[in-house]
Amino acid sequence: MHTEPENQETKLPPKAPLRDDTKFATGKIAFFQYLGVAVFLFLISGFWDLQVRNPEMYNEQAERNRIKSLPVLAPRGKILDRDGRVIVDNHSSYSLILSRENLRYEHIRPIAAGLGLDYDRLESRISRFRGRPRYEPIIIKNELSPGELAFVEAHRDPETFPEMELIRAQRRLYPRDGLAAHVIGYVGEISESELDLPEFITYDQGDVIGKAGIERQYNDILMGVDGQRQVVVDNRGRERDVLGVKEAVPGKSLRLTIDLDLQVVGELAMEGRKGAVVALDPRNGEVLAMVSAPAFDPNKFASRIRSEDWKEIANNPDNPMLNRAIQAQFAPGSTFKPLMALAGLEKGVVDDDFHIRCPGGASFYGRYFKCWVKTGHGTVDLHKGIVHSCDVFFYNVGNRLGIDNIAEYADMAGLGKKTAIDLPGEATGVVPSSAWKMRNFRQKWYAGETISVSIGQGALTVTPMQLAYAIGGLAMGGVWYRPHLVAADKPEPPRLGKIDPANAQKVVAGMYGVVNEAGGTGGRARLSGVSVCGKTGSAQRISNDAVKGGLGHNLKDNAWFVAFAPCEAPEISVAVLWEGGEHGMLAAPIARDIIKAYFDKKARAAKSQAIAQMQPAMPPVIPQPPSTPAEPAEDEGPPE
Amino acid sequence: MAQYRSIRDLDWPLLVITLIICGTGVLQIYSAAHETVWDDAWWKQSLWVLAGLVIMWIVARIDYHTLLSRAFVFYGLSLFGLALVLVIGRTVFGSRRWIPLPGFHLQISEFVKTVIILLVARFLTELKSDRVEGRDLLKLAGLVAVPMLLVMKQPDLGTALCYLPILAIGVLLAGLRWQYLAAVLVVLILVLPVGWHFVLKDYQKARLVTFLDPGQDPRGSGYQVIQSKIAVGAGGMWGKGVTKGSQTQLRFLPVPHTDFIFSAFAEEHGFVAVVVMLGLYFILLMQIVQNAQMAPDRAGMYICMGVCALLLFHILVNIGMVVGRMPVTGIPLPLMSYGGSNILSFFLMLGLVNSVRLWRFVS
Repeated sequence: MHTEPENQETKLPPKAPLRDDTKFATGKIAFFQYLGVAVFLFLISGFWDLQVRNPEMYNEQAERNRIKSLPVLAPRGKILDRDGRVIVDNHSSYSLILSRENLRYEHIRPIAAGLGLDYDRLESRISRFRGRPRYEPIIIKNELSPGELAFVEAHRDPETFPEMELIRAQRRLYPRDGLAAHVIGYVGEISESELDLPEFITYDQGDVIGKAGIERQYNDILMGVDGQRQVVVDNRGRERDVLGVKEAVPGKSLRLTIDLDLQVVGELAMEGRKGAVVALDPRNGEVLAMVSAPAFDPNKFASRIRSEDWKEIANNPDNPMLNRAIQAQFAPGSTFKPLMALAGLEKGVVDDDFHIRCPGGASFYGRYFKCWVKTGHGTVDLHKGIVHSCDVFFYNVGNRLGIDNIAEYADMAGLGKKTAIDLPGEATGVVPSSAWKMRNFRQKWYAGETISVSIGQGALTVTPMQLAYAIGGLAMGGVWYRPHLVAADKPEPPRLGKIDPANAQKVVAGMYGVVNEAGGTGGRARLSGVSVCGKTGSAQRISNDAVKGGLGHNLKDNAWFVAFAPCEAPEISVAVLWEGGEHGMLAAPIARDIIKAYFDKKARAAKSQAIAQMQPAMPPVIPQPPSTPAEPAEDEGPPE
Repeated sequence: MAQYRSIRDLDWPLLVITLIICGTGVLQIYSAAHETVWDDAWWKQSLWVLAGLVIMWIVARIDYHTLLSRAFVFYGLSLFGLALVLVIGRTVFGSRRWIPLPGFHLQISEFVKTVIILLVARFLTELKSDRVEGRDLLKLAGLVAVPMLLVMKQPDLGTALCYLPILAIGVLLAGLRWQYLAAVLVVLILVLPVGWHFVLKDYQKARLVTFLDPGQDPRGSGYQVIQSKIAVGAGGMWGKGVTKGSQTQLRFLPVPHTDFIFSAFAEEHGFVAVVVMLGLYFILLMQIVQNAQMAPDRAGMYICMGVCALLLFHILVNIGMVVGRMPVTGIPLPLMSYGGSNILSFFLMLGLVNSVRLWRFVS
């Protein structure tokens, strides 16, 4: 065959003189063949490395590419009021997370720009995660708006910003305008310092937990258990298939003892004011309403608070984050007098015949103490002392009792210690005594100091919750139920005080007079149809001496009012604190409104029940057995 | 003469292997692209293969000397075509490579490969001496450089580089003084850094850097290499099964029906099938080498070896890229990757090989 070409040159005279001896290249062609073999061996060795030597490693990587475990976030339980009305709900939203496995630092700026986030803050947030494992994602924005969602969807492909991932989340939806904000509290992402606390040992980075109020107190009940979904995703992160689902266990709903109707009345009454309102049922300790003003909007905390919002709240001189109902500690002023009266009666210092003369002031231990009525009250017995809130009368009672007897009864009523309400951060208040002074100041108690304490001033401080609790229990004849927002499965036994019911009765009579008798300081709390008992208090925030010295003259007195109703068998006790309200009588209408709302609602319920009971009263069609002739009178009776 | 050239004289082993490779390619295109926008690619590819067979038969029947005598006409047309692409070409992913025609887009640079093969064969057979002298070397290099630069301008570095092995094999076969060889190497070494700065685009540089260290940029151009290696490795010895490869089916693998088709094949069919497939390519190559050895004249040998070198280059660069041993250049795998111009261009070359073969039977 190789000889053929040589013959051909002669057969193609018109062609260009192509040279046809191909043998000269035989060696080079053979070389090319070896080169080909080398190339193919090189390629096959590449496949050998990948497919035969360690296919498991690549198989694993392919699986990791393909299968993703996504958390299914459990919705938190709802929070309901005592009638089952929803106070706190959830709504679903999307959160954007940055997967740090895919994170490229030059992407941070365009992502921040696309989502309207501050670049420096985002960057510092990302760098704070630097020490943590790379698979831990960072949530960079919660509750994406539709526009932001569109931006994420359009840019999360592998060629643009593959680090962006979306997860669905259930967000807390709180009432607007801060309704019951201090009771409910708010949720937020667990902080790194909280993660170190034993209380949060079972939680993980990124968990949303209760940070304050009921949300925190009952976090274990409200928080569900997150589930997990194993899904097959494609290169754009789109789900193609679901391999397995562990359903999330939603948190349990929580029913509070709060009555939204009363809560709203209290909130409206405190609008534009600073202070607190607490309404309790003294028969069982249920908190019917708890208002603290000013309030904050818990929705701003629902995920991560913006720092502008936080600054605004933190720098507010009125301190809206403070739950004044359990955290404001102020001198109770004259609202302390019922307890003084009780102590006096119990210790035999005061009896029916005991009276003093009030000239508008009196001297004790070389110091002159004024009565709030300059002209004096004339002859004052216990009843008049309470009704007119005569300071001189109680100076004398206190002087005779001595500080430790006063402290004994204040302590019995529950002052100076936590009421143990089911909310975090409760304040204790102060009940001074000789032992207290020795403990805290290493000084003896001076008898002169007792005089101020007798009218609820001096070192004595209480919270509105303590006051409502103390007076409510007193009204019950010395039975104190622990205040609570969530009813326990079985009712707790009350704390019983050793007091003579007859003595408690006398104090109650005095408090009835405050509201219902001529000259009583709490007349503005009077209601028709319901007997309201109460006591006003106008408490200085600093001592009279300081006012004289020109200090704090701009601090108006706090107005207190404590009340319960009905007098003979109390169902509700209310304490109102209006900071800077000047006089207790001005706080009285707030308590009255709440008590009225309570009894109006009760009356409405009774009426509607009466209407409901009317319906089955229609004459039923009963087949008459012929054997027993019916008596006509029984035919008209209600069916059973 | 034509009456002696019958279908029976075609290189049947070559044809059968070609068709097996093409058929496997069509199956793999189907598996990789079903349920995507490329759903119909597999039967379009089948049509291209059929068209390729027709073209191959036509070219096989033409006397390759006739084609060689018009090499410079083709060359001129090529330059015109490439210039035209730069003017009216369709831009895809930032480069102009295609001339839009009704029905499909023509990639001129693919067909220029055949023209370069003819040009080199013609030029070398007309040499007066037994060796390529310096002046001839420069002349021929210049001739190849013009279309190369035009293609690089599109920009399409991969295809432009494909013209080099044709030139290289021709010159080496024709004979070159070792001094020239050394000179060429020195020039190349000098040109490389200059080319790095002035010729390569940023994405091309990134690809080269990534080739050296894919982990450096796992989501950029390194992404393709990493995903391809994962796909190949996950295939293991026996593969995941047709339409079962997760890397391919879930699109982690980039362009699994064109440039990375062999990666998809490796994932779904495994190492054993890969060796069989590479074996087929090897036999195909050796079959063409045999045709070169039996060529009736030097021109025929240059043509066959040109085709050979081009094929080997394609296989090395494409499959090397699939296993992460070559940079990502965007060179398709001959006869398997989806693409009309690519398929037709290779069948055209196989037609030339057959034309050389059939000439032997003319007596």
